[in-house]
Amino acid sequence: MSVFDGLKFRRVYSPIHNLDPRIKFIYVCAIFTTAIIFLELIPLMILFLMQVPFVILAGVKREWLRSMRGATFLAAVIFLTNFIFSFISAGYIVTAFNLEHAVAMTLRFIVLVESFSVFFLTTSPDHLGLALEQTHIPYEFCFAFTTAVRFVPVLAEEAQTIMDAQKARGLELERGNFLKRIRNYIPILIPLIVSAIRRSLELAEAMESRAWGATESRTNLYVLKMHRGDLVLIVITVGILALAIYVRLFLGIPSMNDILGRFFEPQYF
Amino acid sequence: MIEVENVYFTYPNGVEALKGASLKIKNGDFVAIMGENGAGKTTLVKHFNGLLKATRGTVLIDGVDTTKVSVAKLARKVGFVFQNPDSQLFSETVEQEIAFGLKNFGFKEKTIKSRVTWALKLLDLAQYRKTSPFMLSGGERKRVALASVLAWNPKILILDEPTIGQDHRQKEKLLQFILQMKTQRKTIIIVTHDVEFVAECNPRVLLMRQGKITADGEARKVLTNPEILIQASIVPPQITQIFLRLSDFGLPKEVIDIYEAREELLNFLERKVK
Repeated sequence: MSVFDGLKFRRVYSPIHNLDPRIKFIYVCAIFTTAIIFLELIPLMILFLMQVPFVILAGVKREWLRSMRGATFLAAVIFLTNFIFSFISAGYIVTAFNLEHAVAMTLRFIVLVESFSVFFLTTSPDHLGLALEQTHIPYEFCFAFTTAVRFVPVLAEEAQTIMDAQKARGLELERGNFLKRIRNYIPILIPLIVSAIRRSLELAEAMESRAWGATESRTNLYVLKMHRGDLVLIVITVGILALAIYVRLFLGIPSMNDILGRFFEPQYF
Repeated sequence: MIEVENVYFTYPNGVEALKGASLKIKNGDFVAIMGENGAGKTTLVKHFNGLLKATRGTVLIDGVDTTKVSVAKLARKVGFVFQNPDSQLFSETVEQEIAFGLKNFGFKEKTIKSRVTWALKLLDLAQYRKTSPFMLSGGERKRVALASVLAWNPKILILDEPTIGQDHRQKEKLLQFILQMKTQRKTIIIVTHDVEFVAECNPRVLLMRQGKITADGEARKVLTNPEILIQASIVPPQITQIFLRLSDFGLPKEVIDIYEAREELLNFLERKVK
């Protein structure tokens, strides 16, 4: 569950928290796109390091580190699969190139997790809903979205209770081979899904009895406004995108191996 | 025998739920743990089957340290019925639900069958054998959860809030059932807010407040002592409240039982008439 810990919002105030969530989202999307268009290690490293000032400025270092730690397992899987496939396709040799490629793919994943983690760590569910609403998405969808986000910690807690209840009936989650272990989770998942559905129905009834959707056009108490910080972020975002596209199209990117001066000679197995 | 020695427990989020709780529960004891919300009742009983491990101090079940064995191993001895049955029901039929624990403990197919039938009968669920547990009412689901734990016949039985959502008849049945378990020398621990139910059962009562045990004694003594009850946010049973207010007339204070109350009142009236 530690991946999710890195996405949990905590109410603190920082220049990053105060940014307009719409702009922040565009920024995250720009980072996302940039990470996708590069296959090389160096630009991905730059992208990774570029987030660090944001994290420090927002004061969410601990949560961010936790989400990074949570991502290590998947990152390891990505590294291994990339490495093994390029190892096989290169004819069973380890080259500096395929090693670098595997590291780059892993770093790409880490950059994606990192940027989304920063976004969710610094944007309250309320702000997120507000942002959706003010981009003219129907209120029903906005509400469903923010409710889903808000219920994640509740569900996590419920999952813990269910696990306790099944353990108290002798269920051992860690017992058996791989398939058996997956099957062990059925007694956890079914009650979790059932209670989530039940909870949502109850919530719907409770809301309807409090006149949800009674008026066609809703107004908001808070309205999102752009500030100077938001403009700065727009400039940064556009700059990153423009630079990334320019570099991609017109410049050659040296590989780490070229820079380090061919430390790695191909090795045959 | 459950021995809890100076146990402290802190949740990962930093909440200190137990602050030096110590107690002993002998085999065959019937104990009600009461106290305000967040007093640490459920946290305490979760130590008995090893779901939680003490941050400091020790919990021994029949002399075995709970930190040394798995929950599954302890669960064979310590049955724990959770407050909300929905946090455990998942099978297609009530029968399979009850068999779940038995299968986990590796009982033989034949034994499983007979134990399931026994548990179904005991809790009045025989007609629902093939029904989906999700189709049952709240009270029935609660009984299925109870049956699914009783099926493997644990020596110690912990019931977390067993009376919530039960109508009077079901409460009465629960009481009968607990008394029956008592005659079988089972250790029964209930966590509850239901003071009237506790007054009817007359168990040993433990009061908890802010992670500590503040009172431990017979229901008759604890539930009739307003000073210690107020600390634990508990109101005495209605009968006791009447007798507390009538104590100026020479009536006894320590009354929690309706039959006893009747006797006392009749005696009092007789004395007055004479």
